[in-house]
Amino acid sequence: APCPQWPYCRKRCSYCNFNTYVVPAVDEAAVRACLVREAQTLLRLSQVRSVTSVFFGGGTPSLASPGTVAAVLEAVAGAAHLPAGAEVTLEANPSSTSASALDGFRAAGVNRLSIGVQVRGALPAAAAVAPHNPVVTVLPPQSLDDAELGMLGREHTAAEARKAVEAARGLFPGRTSIDLLFGLPGQSRDAWAQRLEATLRLCDDHISLYQLTLERGTALAAQVRGGALPAPPQDLLADMYQTARNVLVAAGFRHYEVSSFARKGALSTHNLSYWRAEQYIGVGPGAHGRFVLRAEGSCSREARVQTLEPVAWMREVQSQGHGTRSRAVLSPLEQLEELLTLGLRMDEGITHERWGHFSPQLSLQAVFGEPGEAQALQQEGWLVLDSGGLRCTWAGLAVLDSLLPDLLWQLQRV
Amino acid sequence: MALAGRAALRWGARLPSPGPAAAPLCRPAWLPAACGRPYSSRGKEEIDMSTYPVESIRNFSIIAHVDHGKSTLADRLLEITGTISKTDRNKQVLDKLQVERERGITVKAQSASLFYNHEGINYLLNLIDTPGHVDFSYEVSRSLSACQGVILVVDANEGIQAQTVANFYLAFEAQLSIIPVINKIDLKNADPERVEKQIEKLFDIPTDECIRISAKQGTNVEKVLQKVIEKIPPPQCNTADPLKALVFDSTFDHYRGVIANIALFGGEIAKGQKIVSAHTKKRYEVNEVGILTPNEQPTHKLYAGQVGYLIAGMKEVTEAQIGDTLFLYKQPVEPLPGFKSAKPMVFAGMYPIDQTEYNNLKSALERLTLNDSSVTVHRDSSLALGAGWRLGFLGLLHMEVFNQRLEQEYNMSVILTAPTVPYKAVLSSAKLIKEYGKDQITIINPAQFPDKLSVSEYLEPTVLGTIVTPHEYIGKIITLCQDRRAVQKDLLYIDENRVMLKYLFPLNEIVVDFYDALKSLSSGYASFDYEDAGYQSADLIKMDILLNGNPVEELATIIHNDKAYAAGKLLCERLKETLPRQLFEIAIQAAIGKKIIARETLKPYRKNVVAKCYGGDITRRMKLLRRQAEGKRLMRKIGNVEVPRDAFIRVLKRETDK
Repeated sequence: APCPQWPYCRKRCSYCNFNTYVVPAVDEAAVRACLVREAQTLLRLSQVRSVTSVFFGGGTPSLASPGTVAAVLEAVAGAAHLPAGAEVTLEANPSSTSASALDGFRAAGVNRLSIGVQVRGALPAAAAVAPHNPVVTVLPPQSLDDAELGMLGREHTAAEARKAVEAARGLFPGRTSIDLLFGLPGQSRDAWAQRLEATLRLCDDHISLYQLTLERGTALAAQVRGGALPAPPQDLLADMYQTARNVLVAAGFRHYEVSSFARKGALSTHNLSYWRAEQYIGVGPGAHGRFVLRAEGSCSREARVQTLEPVAWMREVQSQGHGTRSRAVLSPLEQLEELLTLGLRMDEGITHERWGHFSPQLSLQAVFGEPGEAQALQQEGWLVLDSGGLRCTWAGLAVLDSLLPDLLWQLQRV
Repeated sequence: MALAGRAALRWGARLPSPGPAAAPLCRPAWLPAACGRPYSSRGKEEIDMSTYPVESIRNFSIIAHVDHGKSTLADRLLEITGTISKTDRNKQVLDKLQVERERGITVKAQSASLFYNHEGINYLLNLIDTPGHVDFSYEVSRSLSACQGVILVVDANEGIQAQTVANFYLAFEAQLSIIPVINKIDLKNADPERVEKQIEKLFDIPTDECIRISAKQGTNVEKVLQKVIEKIPPPQCNTADPLKALVFDSTFDHYRGVIANIALFGGEIAKGQKIVSAHTKKRYEVNEVGILTPNEQPTHKLYAGQVGYLIAGMKEVTEAQIGDTLFLYKQPVEPLPGFKSAKPMVFAGMYPIDQTEYNNLKSALERLTLNDSSVTVHRDSSLALGAGWRLGFLGLLHMEVFNQRLEQEYNMSVILTAPTVPYKAVLSSAKLIKEYGKDQITIINPAQFPDKLSVSEYLEPTVLGTIVTPHEYIGKIITLCQDRRAVQKDLLYIDENRVMLKYLFPLNEIVVDFYDALKSLSSGYASFDYEDAGYQSADLIKMDILLNGNPVEELATIIHNDKAYAAGKLLCERLKETLPRQLFEIAIQAAIGKKIIARETLKPYRKNVVAKCYGGDITRRMKLLRRQAEGKRLMRKIGNVEVPRDAFIRVLKRETDK
């Protein structure tokens, strides 16, 4: 699942600390050539035969031209098999998603849209075997309120956002995801309930539900820290999350991951590949990847990060075919730790089969079935270990980050 | 930083030749040889101290409230007598420690011998510096024991302050001659007449005896020197007598061992002599004697009445016990009356932030206590904080200064627990009396607080506090003192608008934040000083802090019954803010015995899961989780409640920060 990254934005949003760059003019041809070249190089190194998904993340990849998207997809298809139905997602920002632009992206091969408030950081690159979610996400519900949008530093208005979602749904029916953000400073329970209702009227079949995180170094965090904006209380955030889960599930959505809801089977194939600890290849400035370098005769999974700064990244791609800044072989324990941390985010949890793939000797039962932290957490009703595997209960999912240190500590002692 | 200039100060030490004090061998301050390590004067001709008979010697101190100009006056005296060269940079010459210059206080007494020609006679004036804070009154008194007189400096603007009073009585009780000096007469608001009247009223010194000076500008400073010669008597002793030397201070030099500051009450001392300590009975051979100018300046000999230093192969400061008497081998003398040893008033636990630093901290403590023998050190350990020590200090400032010196001079950062005072318990249980071998014990750690059933009476240390304040703050100050369980002993107008109050305080009530509270409610105008006033019976209890019913040993506090409720509530509230939420509810309670007096409830997490975890987030996420998993190993578990190691420290620290 390649995930090419377009690291440029028109404006920096107040909550965003991703690797994004606001520059007056981007030499798109040069960036395109580098994305293509890096995708080719990394796919060759991985010797991946078939790509399940491609995700264009950002930055704001919808600011790139459809030609760039097409070129990257061509490169992926040239280096590996890209099945006709493979998920190709584009992250988009409401103000850069006019119907005509979206149409262009569709023609280029995009078949899923993720419209974001909090558009994710740059993952340039083609993901290998595991599909990254090639999703075009349209608009978040906050975006339905101009005052909130202003606070978030978003460039678009609520009306624009609504229009963008409608345009996206027209072009990508059943394959448009929207971001839903809660926990904004000053947001009330009632406002949140109304937002949920409005979202249900607008949304397609996939919703990403995010609690606003006040990332260090962002304008919004500084305002909250400085007391200019109120920090939302913990209990209110918990209520908002529970309300959203209940409302969305009642509306027919499956809560398939901590922050992800889908109905009619519209799960993000690409994102599932992260949580199932499949292989993915990061292309573009600051992109992360996890894959085995078969071309080097290796059978070890590596964590790779591409060079962050776009100009340096381009120089490296031009001189050596890729801009990998760091490589680290993941030990068997580290791979299991990642599997545990990511797998428990899903409703399906970690199946015995998947665990066995990473740990042929020590079964899930052997690690977590013995007296210890996991058993205590099971007794307290946070966790289940049964024939389906290891997974969180409904209540446990909401406090997963309190369970993980115990489970990791138990795993490390085995 | 204004202080940087002070810290960078170098001064040219010089050696006056015997005979006329003119034409000092004054080097420019930038010459490296003058930069002052103890060896700077090596190779030069040594002074013949025999040219200064007892009659030409004056031993004196300068005493003052903080910031009234003691160090500035000392600088001027050193300049006028040519002891140091006159430059603009002579500021706090005798205050050698970084902490002293930064805080503008004197912590460690220093001494300097000044040579001064008056009416054709060469005088040897020994200025014995004293620490300038209440915490160090013990050091003041021991410096005074080598003196026959004092210069009492009072700020012409601020007038008599609490420490002025305390210092005056120390000097008065030691029957020293007192030369009152009113400083800072150059300031716009100076009112020397008012201050003279205060001095007359409070100390019974006629107004015409006060000398008005500006130490900063040098005005009338020469007159002070003349008064020293006229008013202060020479020491009463004889060179023909057998050697009798009082150790009044000691420092530790990494290369030369112990350097003892001595005052000769009889006889003479020279290199090569065999001497004996009256206290330890140990014998030493004198390696070096000399005077302080203010650096060590070797001389052939020192004679009766003189003040200087001695190096005699002592390896530990405890060998040069302050107050000890040294005499010549086989010529024993009646020892001078010794000092009371320093009595710690405040105790606190000290722990390395990381246990791997234990040995480094241990060696830093050992070295620092070599130069500060008033700190007591007991090994201690806590389940939460690991291995450490329980240290005793003369007061809170002393504790802070000690901590600052650890940081500045030894680069050590430490955890200090909440300070506590030394309580006592009179035991009634035969079993405990047998166990301790006595019927009265001192409790410096709440963990050792004996149960009420085996005690007939608890005692708490008290101090007699002196407060001097402009009268408009009287009401607020009286309220503050009553809140602190203090009993009024005296109230006296020292002039039309200044009042001196005396209160008997339980020590624990002033240890932490009294001084700050006093300063803030008087806009900084009230001053405070205190002296030890023995023990009084007190209704003490031990307050426990419980987490879900299980006691937290390191938060146990000894406290007066009347104060328990408020203190318990505060501690519970702070813990609630400090402890991380967990998957279950946590009851945080303060308890006396079985009785719960305060409670806070920490609600469980209902949501704790990061929203986004995609390809680019995983590495960072794993790093954090691995650290948390690793932290499980170090987590202190109290019952089922996990407490991060730094939680208690943060709760306790904020108390001292207040």
